Amino acid sequence: MSFKPVILWTDALVYLLVAVIIVFAWYVRRNEHLRAPWRRVIRSASGMVSLTVLIFFIAVGLLDTVHLRPAVEKSNSANGERIYSVDVLSLFDLIAGPLRTRVEKTYSAPFAAYLYARETVELPDGKQVREFPRLEFGGAHLQDPETQLVADVVRRAGAGGGVGLLLWGVVVASLTTVLARRDGKNFLPALFNIWRGTTEVPWKAICGMLALILLLLGAALALCGYYHIFGTDKVGQDVFYQSLKSIRTGLVIGTLATLMMLPFALFLGIMAGYFRGWVDDVIQYLYTTLSSIPSVLLIAATVLMIQVYIETRTELFDTIAARADLRLLFLCIILGVTSWTGLCRLLRGETLKLREMEYIQAAQAFGVSHWRIVSRHILPNVMHIVLISTVMDFSGLVLAEAVLSYVGVGVDPSTISFGTMINAARLEMAREPMVWWALLAAFGFMFALVLSANLFADAVQNAFDPRVKILPAKAGILPHRRRREESKGKSVSSTVEDSF
Amino acid sequence: MLNYIVRRVLYAIPILIGVNLITFTLFFVVNSPDDMARMQLGIKRVTPEAITKWKQERGYDKPLMFNDTEEGYAQFTHTIFFEKSAAMFAFRFGRADDGRDIAHEIKTRMVPSLAIALPVFLLGLGVYIVFALIMVFFRATYVDFWGVVLCVALMSISGLFYIIGGQFLISKLWHLVPISGYGSGPDAAKFLVLPVIIGVVSGAGASIRWYRTIFLEEMGKDYVRTARAKGLPESIVLFRHVLRNAMIPILTGAVVVIPLLFLGSFIAESFFGIPGLGSYTIDAINSQDFAVVRAMVFLGSLLYIVGLLLTDISYTLVDPRIRLE
Repeated sequence: MSFKPVILWTDALVYLLVAVIIVFAWYVRRNEHLRAPWRRVIRSASGMVSLTVLIFFIAVGLLDTVHLRPAVEKSNSANGERIYSVDVLSLFDLIAGPLRTRVEKTYSAPFAAYLYARETVELPDGKQVREFPRLEFGGAHLQDPETQLVADVVRRAGAGGGVGLLLWGVVVASLTTVLARRDGKNFLPALFNIWRGTTEVPWKAICGMLALILLLLGAALALCGYYHIFGTDKVGQDVFYQSLKSIRTGLVIGTLATLMMLPFALFLGIMAGYFRGWVDDVIQYLYTTLSSIPSVLLIAATVLMIQVYIETRTELFDTIAARADLRLLFLCIILGVTSWTGLCRLLRGETLKLREMEYIQAAQAFGVSHWRIVSRHILPNVMHIVLISTVMDFSGLVLAEAVLSYVGVGVDPSTISFGTMINAARLEMAREPMVWWALLAAFGFMFALVLSANLFADAVQNAFDPRVKILPAKAGILPHRRRREESKGKSVSSTVEDSF
Repeated sequence: MLNYIVRRVLYAIPILIGVNLITFTLFFVVNSPDDMARMQLGIKRVTPEAITKWKQERGYDKPLMFNDTEEGYAQFTHTIFFEKSAAMFAFRFGRADDGRDIAHEIKTRMVPSLAIALPVFLLGLGVYIVFALIMVFFRATYVDFWGVVLCVALMSISGLFYIIGGQFLISKLWHLVPISGYGSGPDAAKFLVLPVIIGVVSGAGASIRWYRTIFLEEMGKDYVRTARAKGLPESIVLFRHVLRNAMIPILTGAVVVIPLLFLGSFIAESFFGIPGLGSYTIDAINSQDFAVVRAMVFLGSLLYIVGLLLTDISYTLVDPRIRLE
C-alpha cells in the first residue's frame, strides 16, 4: 500500500518535544548532579508504577501521531499520478483498522449482540415486526447469542489474558536475566531480590503493574475483534476505539500547552527578576493584567475569535484533519498564553533571590555578559521549578480540555477527545435504559491518565523540590510509629489544579 | 491604611485599562466586525446589505479608534473603541443579541449565582479545614496515608463526572431532589442542595491536600514545640495554636475568590439549569453573543482585582505583624 506521509502542526511539535526530551535525557545522563534527583524519582514506587501506566498511554499517543494519507486504490488519472485519500489516518488507525471501520447503526451496549434501539425487521414470510436487530459486527460470529455469549466472552477473555500473562512472564524473565548479569548473580537470587523488593528500583511494584496492564490489554485485544467491548456511540462507532484516540488529544494538550508557555514564562520571568527596574515593572504589569482575567473567560473569548478566523477562511486548509489540527494547536497556544503568568511569577521571585548570590556577583565583577550569566548561572538553577510546574500542570490541562469542550470552546467537534465524548454522551442521560457506557469509558480512561500523571508529578516534586526534603525531618519532631509513610504524598505546591 | 487602599485602587486602574485593551484587540482587531457578521449570518450566502444591517443594529458600523467624518471630540467618541470598550468603565455594557440590557441581566442573575456559590464556599472552607485537621491529627498513620491517597484520587476525577454522577445517583435513581431548575424564595433550597454538595465534593481533593500541607508546615515551627514542651494536650496545640496561624495562608487563598463567587461556577450552573451569571456566560459563548462575553471578561477581572485588594486588607486583620505602608 502506498501512502503520503502527512505532518500536521501538532505532529511536528510532538516530534520536537520528543527530540527535546531525548536530548535532555542524554544531557542528564552525562551529569552526575542532574542524575541525583532523577534517581530519587526512580526509587519511588508510586512514581515508577504511574510511569509504567503513562508509558502505555504515551505509546498509543505516539502511534496516533504518525499521520499519513493512503493512496486511493484505483487511480483514474491518466498520467499515472497517484491520488491520495482526503482521510488523514494515523499509524494507530491502521493497526486498529477493524475497530475503526466496523461501524454499527447506532448505540449498542458493551458486549451486546443486539442493537440498542428497536427496528422494523421484515421476516422471511413478509410479516413486519419491531425487534432489536442483531449487530452487524458485535458478536456476529455467534449462532445464538443468548446462550453462547457469556461463555464465549469468558473463553476469549481468558485466552487473551493468558497470552498477556505469558508475555509478562517473558518480560519478567528477561528483566531478571539482565539484572542478574549486571550484578553478577544467578537467576534465582536475582528473582528472589525482586520478589522481596530489595532492589534499588522498585521492580516488584513495576512488575505487578505490568502484569495488570498486560492481563487487561490481552483480554481487551482478544475481545475487541469480536465485540464492542465498551459499546458503540450514536453513529455506531466503537467507544473503545474512541477512548484510545482520545489519549492523543489529551496528551497533546497536556504537553504542548506547557511547551507553548515555557518561552514566555522563562524569558519574561528571568528578565524581570534579573534586570529589575522598569523591565520588572512592565513585565509585572503584563502578567498582573493577564492573570486578572478569569482564565475560563479569557480562553473562551480567545477561542471564539479563533473560531471566527478559521470559519471565515476555510480555503486555507486542504483536509478536515488539518483544520481540526490547527484548532487543537490554537487551543494549546491559548492555554499556554493564558497560563504562563503563574510560572513567570515563580521564576521572577527565584531569579530575584539568585541574583544576590555571591557567585553571580562574582561573575558580574569579572565582567561576564548578562546573557552568559543568565544562561550559565541562573537558568540551570531555576530548571527544577520549570520541571515541577510542567509535570504538575499536565493533569490540570487534561481535565480542563473536557470542561472546555463542554463549554463549546474546546477542540474541533471532529477531533475525538474525552471532552467531545462526554459532551456527546451527556445528552443521552435521560434515555431509558440509560446509555452509560460512553460516559464511563471516557471518565475511566481520563481518570487512569490523570491519576498516573498526578502520582508521577508527586514523585518528581518530592525528588526535585528542595523544600520537601526539609519537611520530613521537621515534621518528625514527634516520634511516631511510621516515619516512612510520612514523606509520602507531601507536596508543597500552590498550583491551582482546576480553577473552573 | 487608608493611604494604602487609595494607592491600591489607583493601581487597579491601569490594569483595568489593560484588560480593556486586550478584550478590544481580541474582539475587534483580530477579526473585523465584517468577519463576525459573516460568521453569525452564515458563511456562504451572505449579502453585503445583511452585513451592513447586522453592524448597524449593534452599533459596529463605526471606525475602530478614530472617526474622521466627525468634528472635535466626536472624532474619538463616535468610535467602536469608545462606545463598546471604554463605556464599560461606566458599567454601560450595551445590549445582548436578544435585545436585553446586559447590565440589568447581570444584576438579576447575580442572586442565583451567589445562592449557589456562597454556600459552596463557606461549607467547603469548613469541611476542608476539618478534614485536613483530622489528617494532621493522625499524621504519619494509616488514616493520614489513605487520606492523602483518597485526595489524589478525588483530584484525578473530572469535575464533570461529579456533576453527571451526582445527578444520576441522587436525582434520577433515588429521586431525592429535582435534577435541575431553580425557584425563588425558600423553594430554591431543594434545587440548591445537590449543586452545593457536588461543588464541595469536587473541590475536596486538591483543597484538603493543600490545607494539610499548610498545617504540617506550621507544625514544624518552634512555637509548636514550645507549646508541647509546656505540656499542652495535642488537641489544644492543634486547634488553638496551629489552626490560628495556618489561617493566614488559607485566608490568602480564600479571600481572593470571594468576589469571583458572583460569577458563579460556570459548569454547575449550566448543568443544573440555574439562571446565574455562569450559565449566562456559557449560553452567550454557545450562541456567540460577543457583547455578553466582553462584558463578563471585564466584570470578571474587576472582581478579581477587588479580591486581591480584600486579601491585602484581610492580612492586616488576621496577622498583627503585617503593617501596610
